[in-house]
This record gives sequence, C-alpha cells and structure tokens, in this order.
Amino acid sequence: MEPLTQQLERDFKVTGNSWIDRIRKEAFQSLAQLPYPTSEQEEWKYTDVEPIVGAPFRLAERKELLVPFEKRKHLTFSGIHAIRRVFVNGYHCPKLSSTEPLPQGVIVDNLATILQNNPKRVEPYLSRYAKDQNNPFIAINTAFFQEGAFLYLPKGITLEHPIHLVYFSQSNGAAAVSHPRTLVIAEEGSEARIVETYIGDGSYWTNAVTEIVLGENARIHSCKIQEESAEAFHLSTLFIHQNRDSRASSHVISLGGKITRNDVRALLDAEGSEVTLNGLTMASDNQHVDNQTLIDHAKPHSTSDELYKGILDGKSNGVFNGRIVVRPNAQKIRAQQTNKNLLLSDDAKMNTKPLLEIHADDVRCNHGATIGRLDENQLFYLRSRGMGEAEARTLLTYAFASDMIQRLAYGPLETYLEILLLQRLGHAEEELR
Amino acid sequence: MLEIRNLHAQVDGKEILKGIHLKMNAGEVHAIMGPNASGKSTLANVLAGRATYAVTQGEILFNGKNLLEMSPEQRAREGIFLAFQYPVDIPGITNSYFLKAALNAVRKYRGLEELDAIDFLSCVREKLKLLKIEESLLNRPVNVGFSGGEKKKNEIVQMAVLDPKLAVLDETDSGLDIDALKVVAEGVNSLRKKENAILLITHYQRLLNYIVPDYVHVLSDGKIVTSGGKDLATQLEEKGYTWVREWNH
Repeated sequence: MEPLTQQLERDFKVTGNSWIDRIRKEAFQSLAQLPYPTSEQEEWKYTDVEPIVGAPFRLAERKELLVPFEKRKHLTFSGIHAIRRVFVNGYHCPKLSSTEPLPQGVIVDNLATILQNNPKRVEPYLSRYAKDQNNPFIAINTAFFQEGAFLYLPKGITLEHPIHLVYFSQSNGAAAVSHPRTLVIAEEGSEARIVETYIGDGSYWTNAVTEIVLGENARIHSCKIQEESAEAFHLSTLFIHQNRDSRASSHVISLGGKITRNDVRALLDAEGSEVTLNGLTMASDNQHVDNQTLIDHAKPHSTSDELYKGILDGKSNGVFNGRIVVRPNAQKIRAQQTNKNLLLSDDAKMNTKPLLEIHADDVRCNHGATIGRLDENQLFYLRSRGMGEAEARTLLTYAFASDMIQRLAYGPLETYLEILLLQRLGHAEEELR
Repeated sequence: MLEIRNLHAQVDGKEILKGIHLKMNAGEVHAIMGPNASGKSTLANVLAGRATYAVTQGEILFNGKNLLEMSPEQRAREGIFLAFQYPVDIPGITNSYFLKAALNAVRKYRGLEELDAIDFLSCVREKLKLLKIEESLLNRPVNVGFSGGEKKKNEIVQMAVLDPKLAVLDETDSGLDIDALKVVAEGVNSLRKKENAILLITHYQRLLNYIVPDYVHVLSDGKIVTSGGKDLATQLEEKGYTWVREWNH
C-alpha cells in the first residue's frame, strides 16, 4: 500500500450520518477503486505523482501565520480593495480576512461554517460537479477538506469589488497537505470576479478543488494565481458548470511550485453559454507544470475560446493537454483553442497535445499549438537600439506574455500580474513604470 | 569618425564584401549607391553588428575604437544607429516603452541620468512634433500593423530620440511615398550637425534630392568602384547601373 494511502486511512475520521458525512465517506470509499495515476494514462503521461503518493502526507495543522500578512504586500493586490478571505493551511483565518457590509443576500463565508449552520444552502451543489474517474485527488479533497470558501450571489447581484481568496500554506518540516475547497454559486444574472491566490513557505502539498456553478445569464470571472513555494506540490481542479447564456472565464497563472497540475473542466450545459479559458505558465529550474483542460460543448450554440501560454526556462517541464468535446446534436458550436510556448533554454521541455472530439457536423473549431524560441531578429533589433542582451531577452519574454495580462480585462489585476511577471523576470519594482 | 579598411564579409559562407575602403569625418554625409545584390545591406548590417554576417578580413574603426570587437548594443551606445531596411515587429511592447528602454540604456552608458516617464514623454513629443508624426504612434506595439511608410518613419523617430553620432540608413527611402520620404529627409537633415555623420545607403537617386550628400560612392559586386561628389548620383540616375557594372571588369 502506498504511504499516502496508509496515512489517509489513519487520518479519516468521519463517523456521523449527516449528508456531508455521507458524501465524505463515499468519496473516501471510492478511493479503493481509484488507483493513483500512472504514466500509462494519457492524462497523466508526463506527470509523475510518485513524490506525492509515496510520502505520508498528514493533514496540515491549524496555525497562526508566522510571517505577518502585511509583509506580503503583493497579496493585498498593491492596495486594491477586495473582499478578502485568508486561509492558513486550509483553515479560515478571520483575523486576516476583511470585514465589510455585503449586498443583501450575498454570502462570502467559511465553507465549514455554512456546512454547520446552513447545510441546505450547499447540499444541492457541493461535490455534484467535482467527480472524475481518473483523478483520485478530487475524491481525497472531498473526503478530507477542512475549511474553504463559500460564495453565494443571489439573482441579479453584481459585486463591485473582486473577491480575493488567499490560501496560504506553512509547513513545519513534516509532509503536510491541505485541501482547500471553494464553492461558488452564481444565481441568474449575477456577476462577480474571483481571484484565488495559492502561496506558502517550505515544503507541503496543496490539493485544491473549486466548483463554480453559473445560473442563467450569470457572469463569473475567475483567476487563480499560483505562487506556491519552490518545494511545494500543487494539484488543483476547477469545475465550471454553465447554464443558459452564462459567461465564464478562467485564468490559471502558474508561477511557483515544484510539481503543479491544473485541471480545468468547463461544462457548457445550455444554449448560449460561453467560456474563456486562459492560462499562463512561467517555469524555471526543475519545475514541472501540467495543464489539462476539458471544454465540453454539451448543448448547441455554445462558444469557447482558449489560450494557454507557457514560458519555460532552466530544466523545467511543461505539459498542455487541451480537450474539446462537441457532443452529438450540439450544433452551431464555435471553439477556438491555442497553445503557444516559449522555450528559453536548451534543457526546457514542452509537451502539447490538442484533442478535438467532434460528434456534430455544424461546428466551427480551430486549434493550434506552437513551441518556439525568442526571435533572433527581434533580439538584434532591440540590441541595435542599445539594450543589453539580457534586457532584450527579458523584454521579449514579457512581450510574449503580455496578451495574457490584457486578457484579464480588469485594470487592477492586470497591473498586479504585470508586477509579478516582471519581478519573476528579474526586474525590480521601481523599474516598472 | 569612421574608417573602414579592406573589409571582407561573408553570409552563409558566400563572400559578399570584397575589400571595402571608406573614410568618413564628422559633419559629412556620404551616400552609397549600388545595384541590387552589390553588398549595400551587408555593409549596413556589418556596421550594426548582426551575427549572421561574418567579417573575414579588414577592420573598422569608429572614433578610434575597434568596432568589430563590440556587441551590437555597445555599438549603439557608442553612437551608431542603423535604420533597418526591414524594421522588425514586436507585438506586446509599445513604442513608448521600447523607446524609453533604448534611450535610457544609451544614456546610462554615456553617464547621463536616466529619464523618468515625464521627462521622456516631453523629449519624445518634441521630436514627434518636429517630424510631424502623430503621438498615437507611441501607444502602438512596435511596428505591428504599421504600413511600410509608417515603419520607416518609426525608424526615423528612434533615430531622432537616440541622437546618434553616426546614422546608417539602409534603403530607408525604398518604397516610400513622397510624404514619407520628406519625413525621412527632415529627420536626417535635423541630425546633420558638425559633430555627426550620416551614411545613406540607397538604390535610388531620389532621396538625394532632399538630403544632399557631400560624397557619393558606388558599390558594385562587394567593392566601391568609384567615388565622387553629389553629381555622381545624377550621372548614375541617367546612365543606370549597367554603366557601373562594366567597371568591375
């Protein structure tokens, strides 16, 4: 038996008989039929989970934050006002979270609190969407998550300020895992912007699951910024379920972590629904970043637009598997998928595979993937104007990523990401403007 | 200012320049004319330091320094500017960012204070006004979606901002309508000072109606086959380049 499985069996403590206890037990029991992925599975061909399943990861403990939050200035979005909820090792930390009056009916709360006080609110949704035959880590999250975020947007409400969820991990040296869980329910005609930040210190494993359910004509703009520590493992799955005329967008920005695996699954389950999936990976050293996306056009007249970009330096590894499914009778579909990658070193590697499964005839699907290096003509052009080689490379690398920043389509967040990228590229903050 | 001695250069193993000699002093404008494939662009690129052009023999001195030992950026910082025959598109970088980064790299090297956004903008605005170029150019990504004429004008804007000691214009006039040609000429003439030198590389005599050179050299098959005053350009225009080719033999 794998060390992880042994540890999970020791840690599983659910004994009650409430609805959520049953869900947890089912998830835990399903693990027996869900072997850990191996490279023989197409979806896991390039990502070796042995470092994760081979270690006895215990549940991370509730802790105070050792590094004062204010010291992590960029987490406050350079001062942008946001409805902020901070979690440390998977537990809500009210001291670090913001308090503000919210519009009538809006809930932004700890998921554990809601499960205790008002489970009926959550029952129709939680774990309904987060299921996968090939991914035991989702079931592990369901069986073991401690706390998390619950967002409820009533009909017709538009939130003026973004919701910022910060999932902070802090390890004490022993192998520890947190299972952040986020559930977003957007009722008809509501709109909000949600940013999830994953960050931490030391070596740990984050195993996150987010479910977003959009009612008719609802709009949710979601952005995940992953800035985990260099020793961290980060596995995450985002499920997006869309009703009629809803608009969803997801941005997956991967900057940190030793092994990162992002699954994004959008189910376009009604006519007129549209989804945009964006992804930007910036990896160096021995980082491994695997992005798997699935866009399921289940109903006619649905639209998807996907752009993932990777910038790989050092000995880093990138993976992109983009699957688009058009189900039978889902006519008048438009789907655009692009994956572009920039290799900055000879040792960096990228594996990209678009996969279209089209079972209807009246569809317009385009896809393309490129892997390239910095353009010598552009480099020479910049150098001939006096810029040093390193500066020219940085500028061109930034230029490659710049449309991903613009696609955030929200000024304050664009500025924030621009700062992060330039810092990552070795620019000091004062050089930015 | 510039002294080229017996310069031989290859591209992909093929010898293109076969012994160029050229001397330019500060305050002078030289024109190099020649038919297609005579080596004009090779000379321009060798001066700017493009790595795909291999110098096999000879030397180039720029203000007494060995130019061939310098990286492209060092040459630019020392004061050499090449207006590209085919300016390069750079999506994702605005002209304004590009110009500021270039100007500050050059200023830093010359021991001048780097300009902040406000000082930079007023410096650029002044140049744009002089060249009668719209300010909206600054917010567009470098050369992306620019017409041929706009790209060439953008080269002149860069030249005006960087204020080089030696400007090399590689067929900047080719394919330009008369309005764009006048902008180019205006930009070059404004740089014409006693401490600067300008090297115009061109296929056509037309540009020389607007920028009158002190010297004209004719390049053919990798060598300067004749040199003279501005009248040489007029003669060339009348007689055509076949007249020149005979001199190689």
